[in-house]
Amino acid sequence: MTTVPKIRLRGVCKSFGDKLVLDGVDLDVMPGTSMVVIGGSGSGKSVLLKCILGLIEPDAGSIEIDGQNVLAMDRPAREAARARIGMLFQNGALFDSLPVWENVAFGLLAQRKIARAAAKAKAVEVLGQVGLAGSVGDLWPAELSGGMQKRVALARAIAATPEILFFDEPTTGLDPIMGAVIDGLIVDCVKRLGSTAIAITHDMLSARRIGDQAAMIHKGRIVWQSDAYGLMESGNPMVDQFTHGRREGPIQMELRK
Amino acid sequence: MMLDGVATLGRAALGTCRGAGRLVLFALAGLSHIVRPPFYFRAFFRAMLDIGYFSLPVVALTAVFTGMVLALQSSTGLSRFSADSAIASLVVLSVTRELGPVLAGLMVAGRVGAAMAAEIGTMRVTDQVDALSTLSTNPMKYLVAPRLLAGLIALPLLVVIADILGVLGGFIIATLKLGFNAATYLGNTLTFMQTQDVVSGLVKAAVFGLLISLMGCYHGYNSKGGAQGVGAATTAAVVAASVLILAFDYVLTELFFAR
Ligand SMILES: Nc1ncnc2c1ncn2[C@@H]1O[C@H](COP(=O)(O)OP(=O)(O)OP(=O)(O)O)[C@@H](O)[C@H]1O
Ligand SMILES: [Mg+2]
Repeated sequence: MTTVPKIRLRGVCKSFGDKLVLDGVDLDVMPGTSMVVIGGSGSGKSVLLKCILGLIEPDAGSIEIDGQNVLAMDRPAREAARARIGMLFQNGALFDSLPVWENVAFGLLAQRKIARAAAKAKAVEVLGQVGLAGSVGDLWPAELSGGMQKRVALARAIAATPEILFFDEPTTGLDPIMGAVIDGLIVDCVKRLGSTAIAITHDMLSARRIGDQAAMIHKGRIVWQSDAYGLMESGNPMVDQFTHGRREGPIQMELRK
Repeated sequence: MMLDGVATLGRAALGTCRGAGRLVLFALAGLSHIVRPPFYFRAFFRAMLDIGYFSLPVVALTAVFTGMVLALQSSTGLSRFSADSAIASLVVLSVTRELGPVLAGLMVAGRVGAAMAAEIGTMRVTDQVDALSTLSTNPMKYLVAPRLLAGLIALPLLVVIADILGVLGGFIIATLKLGFNAATYLGNTLTFMQTQDVVSGLVKAAVFGLLISLMGCYHGYNSKGGAQGVGAATTAAVVAASVLILAFDYVLTELFFAR
């Protein structure tokens, strides 16, 4: 196959102080596919996404988007590359000094794609796509439940119809039904926009619903990658231990006794 | 043993230099964004409201009482040596040159510097600053530049009001309590009020306003580690701004008045 991967990581390393978090991550995500990344808490999944976004500078390695090395770009080119990515942050990261509709329309307003007058209508439209009533637009983020905040954050991430979407634990902390609803919305959005997606999740059900492909990160490396259907019967002892939540296995949690 | 001490000292010195360097770079970046588009007028007006308008009551009260105390103290100190003109000149001089800008600066540092550090710090630790970057918005431009500009403009405006109210406070005590003639007192005030004093006070105010915003933004922007980190950033912003205000007050006074 000769298609250029939408996102291609080679040997990405990052440490904080003397703590090595990413230790040579290699990952390819093909255009139009959804990649689910699983891995233990603190294994560096969020750091990985922030490296691709350019929010954290890796110590070594290359990150290519559409075959272009992002790390070698100058600042305007990098900002342009970043504008093509929509990100749903782990904790939502809604701007709590702005009403919901301004949160949703923030990217569009910043890119001067629409006038302020039209922005609210557009925000209400996008809120509708994630199943929220237009009246929610006038509320403040602090007035929403966790599930609604996740949906608003999702709406904000997709509002500018990005080519690439990142989801950092989109269903953590939600009830199973709301989790399924959000998963459905994510699949819808990715299909409708034709985007390439990377999703991080701890929820195996959710992983199989969202993902075409799945990869597992452990000790700063990708230790397994395959298609998402095989997640529960991967044959890889590490993945099996993780997906089935077993205490015994090759992964030793570092707990202080 | 000796060497250990030297090494520790050296490390501390290096750390301080690094910190100062980072701060200067941050300030230059923030200031350069003030003059480069896009401009965020809403953020600027909100910052003007926060720094200027909502600080009015506390600055006004401080100024009035300071003027009153000045008049009262000097009346006992100067006793009967042509006290009426001496008090008027003392009040107008100390208020416009020193007490107006410094006290307004310190009050605003406590009020606004803390709030700024807390707001930006919270945005930092909840990923909102990162979220700005992912939404085609430069956080330095959106969060820092408008606040720096607002500090620079709002503080002199506040100090104009503080100057007037400070003199008014002195006037109240001089006429109502010490029994001076109102017209004479005002005449003396106007005679002794020098343009240079007022202007130097306003320049000081602009510098203090910039320092307050800079400290609030810098410490908020670089805070880490959750609620505790934000708390530490808030404290650091207020302490640093207050100390810097007093230090720069000395430096600017040297520049304006020492010959
Ligand atoms: N800005 C930072 N400064 C220092 N250390 C950091 C920073 N960001 C992340 N780390 C460290 O990197 C490691 C990986 O963090 P990360 O947030 O990527 O974990 P994660 O895989 O997303 O975990 P979780 O599933 O719990 O969200 C953690 O040990 C964390 O302490
Ligand atoms: Mg994470």
